[in-house]
Amino acid sequence: MNIMIVGVGGQGTLLASRILGRVAIKEGYDVKVSEVHGMSQRGGSVVTYVKYGDEVYSPIIGKGEADIVLAFEILEAYRALPYLRKGGKMIANTQKINPMPVITGAMEYPADIEKKLAEKINLQAVDALSLAEQAGTIKAVNVVLIGLLAKSTSIDKSVWLEAIKETVPEKFIELNLKAFELGYNL
Amino acid sequence: MKKLMLGNEAVARGAYEAGVTVVSSYPGTPSTEITEHIVKYDNIFVEWAPNEKVACETALGASIAGARSMTCMKHVGLNVMADPVFTASYTGVNGGFVLCVADDQGMHSSQNEQDSRHYAKAAKIPMLEPSDSAECRDFTKAAYELSEKFDTPVFMRLSTRVSHSQSLVEEREKEDCKLKDYVKNPEKYVMTPGNAIKRHVVVEDRIKAITDFAEKTDLNSVEENGSKIGVIASGIAYMYAKEALGNRADYLKLGMIYPLPEKKITEFAGKYDKVYIIEELDPFIEEHCKALGVNVIGKDAFTLQGEYNPAMIKKAVLGEDAAEYDEAGEAVPVRPPVMCAGCPHRGVFYVLKKLGMTVSGDIGCYTLGSAPPLESVDTTICMGASVSAAHGMAKARGAEFNKKLVSVIGDSTFMHSGITGLVDIVYNKGNNTVIILDNSITGMTGHQDNPTTGYTIRKEPTKQVNLITLCKAIGVESVVVADPFDVKNFEKVVKEETEREAPSVIIAQRPCALLPPMRKKYSGHCEITDKCRKCKLCMKLGCPAISVSGDSVKIDVTQCNGCGLCTNVCPFGAIEQGD
Repeated sequence: MNIMIVGVGGQGTLLASRILGRVAIKEGYDVKVSEVHGMSQRGGSVVTYVKYGDEVYSPIIGKGEADIVLAFEILEAYRALPYLRKGGKMIANTQKINPMPVITGAMEYPADIEKKLAEKINLQAVDALSLAEQAGTIKAVNVVLIGLLAKSTSIDKSVWLEAIKETVPEKFIELNLKAFELGYNL
Repeated sequence: MKKLMLGNEAVARGAYEAGVTVVSSYPGTPSTEITEHIVKYDNIFVEWAPNEKVACETALGASIAGARSMTCMKHVGLNVMADPVFTASYTGVNGGFVLCVADDQGMHSSQNEQDSRHYAKAAKIPMLEPSDSAECRDFTKAAYELSEKFDTPVFMRLSTRVSHSQSLVEEREKEDCKLKDYVKNPEKYVMTPGNAIKRHVVVEDRIKAITDFAEKTDLNSVEENGSKIGVIASGIAYMYAKEALGNRADYLKLGMIYPLPEKKITEFAGKYDKVYIIEELDPFIEEHCKALGVNVIGKDAFTLQGEYNPAMIKKAVLGEDAAEYDEAGEAVPVRPPVMCAGCPHRGVFYVLKKLGMTVSGDIGCYTLGSAPPLESVDTTICMGASVSAAHGMAKARGAEFNKKLVSVIGDSTFMHSGITGLVDIVYNKGNNTVIILDNSITGMTGHQDNPTTGYTIRKEPTKQVNLITLCKAIGVESVVVADPFDVKNFEKVVKEETEREAPSVIIAQRPCALLPPMRKKYSGHCEITDKCRKCKLCMKLGCPAISVSGDSVKIDVTQCNGCGLCTNVCPFGAIEQGD
């Protein structure tokens, strides 16, 4: 299983990939999670790969190889389109964050990305930001999206809940479980 | 139970299990987390040194004194420590001494793409290269055995995809490792020419002995699948090859990439119709094979640049195309990294751009001051070069040019190698203005303490280098502290100091917006009121939270942290701090 998580630096993609990695171990799979640190995090595009199966060699996912793309921002979803395999599924947060070339006016934020993606692929577009607010903080966007992802896999819900409890700081467990449910039950 | 660990975390685990007691490093992506993870173990002295040269010498000293020691750096950090490294090869070790160097293929966070393997050959120091986290742990332990067995420092070569990928590692017990006796031995450790001449002989004999070891060690392994294609690979490139080719190739996996097992390579290569060398960056293994007269395919089929991936290997070796995929069919705007909302550097570059300054830049978050719309940085070379390069610029072009020239350098980078440049300016009658961007932390690599923060890596309070006193001691008479968010005053200070016919230092002081006290200090978000005259001056800040929507300017509340810099810039008082 190849899952690609994309977003904007600071959105919490790393935590999402760590929860997912933990879930895969609990299921007894070999797992590799590839992250980016440093310069790439400063509000730039962030890509994390999570791969699990009987034996995983390369930690990266190439074009046309992702079974699922989990996108934290709709422009990043659009950018990741070539990585989705034919017949794969994309789960995308509809939130828009302007990149610097759009802010400076050098480029335009493409219009109707959601519509364009839905014409090409199996897309589940969700306003995860509102759901996170409903859970108590916009920072919980990542766990709302993990909830959506969980629903798209065959892995039992209890395994996800356990992994969240083990990954997030104790004082935020309740909030994150609520965020997970909001995504899962959508 | 096996644990999912970053490659860097697994190196730290290996160091702990091997009984390391002294670790000295300077942060640098992608190597930083090794040292940060070692801190989590008790009874190990761990430090952030001011730079890699100091770190290497500290670790070497610990080794000579009998401890197992380690130093970790990114590839360019190895350039900084090259001086002690080459001579450490001659002195050899007492306790095992391992140097972890992390290359950054693809330059995710670096200024060049150098291949550190050349250093192993040049310094005649053996080098191991793991390909996943389990090997990171195992090879680290093997490196210590090798180091003590052959009386040599040992390199561990990592890369972004090994350092920053998590895979499964089984934790083992810590070895019982005692401090070795320290016996005075000038012939081994005092590298005067007379002693070094003898040690050079030892070094050459040692490399021969380790080459014999390379022929037999399990670190280099052959995997036979009955194929007619042979692949020689190491590190992450081996993993890419394995995924791309599976059992359609036979493999010689090299865990030790210097010295290379010549017989093993020749014997392996002799069995196949075609032998591919799959290695990122330079043709290090390939050139060695060709020198042995072994017929291999390397850079004729693969690029010298960037990272490899399984699809490109499949295409090059098997001629098979990659998977099909959809494309957007229109230009998707790039999203380069930017200074965070609330970044103290933003005020500095806003002023420098406004004044039309030539900016000699350095390595850190503030390198982002080269990107639009602030785009004020003229040069970025290496740690510390902002100060010394500006000195050269001023000497080349004279006083008038110098009045429009500044250096910008972070607090940590200044401590790393900016001080010597400033000494040069003062000593050799320069009149440069150096702006030290004091954000109270090492920012880019993820908040490491440094000599100016007042805390050690273990967050214990310690003496704090006073930048003002330091600069004055060097001989800089004018040292001015200014808040870069008070843009009017900051502009005035820059004008005054660049006009001055003497060297000067401006300390632009405001902590990184991501530090916990600043996260508390900044609250709510800024709002644009109806006083806005749509002049768009605030857009010149390049703040990720402010953008133009149609005719008007808006602030994205999910991005804004309420730092208030824009309220200081707006000439009409049209931006207010909101809840």
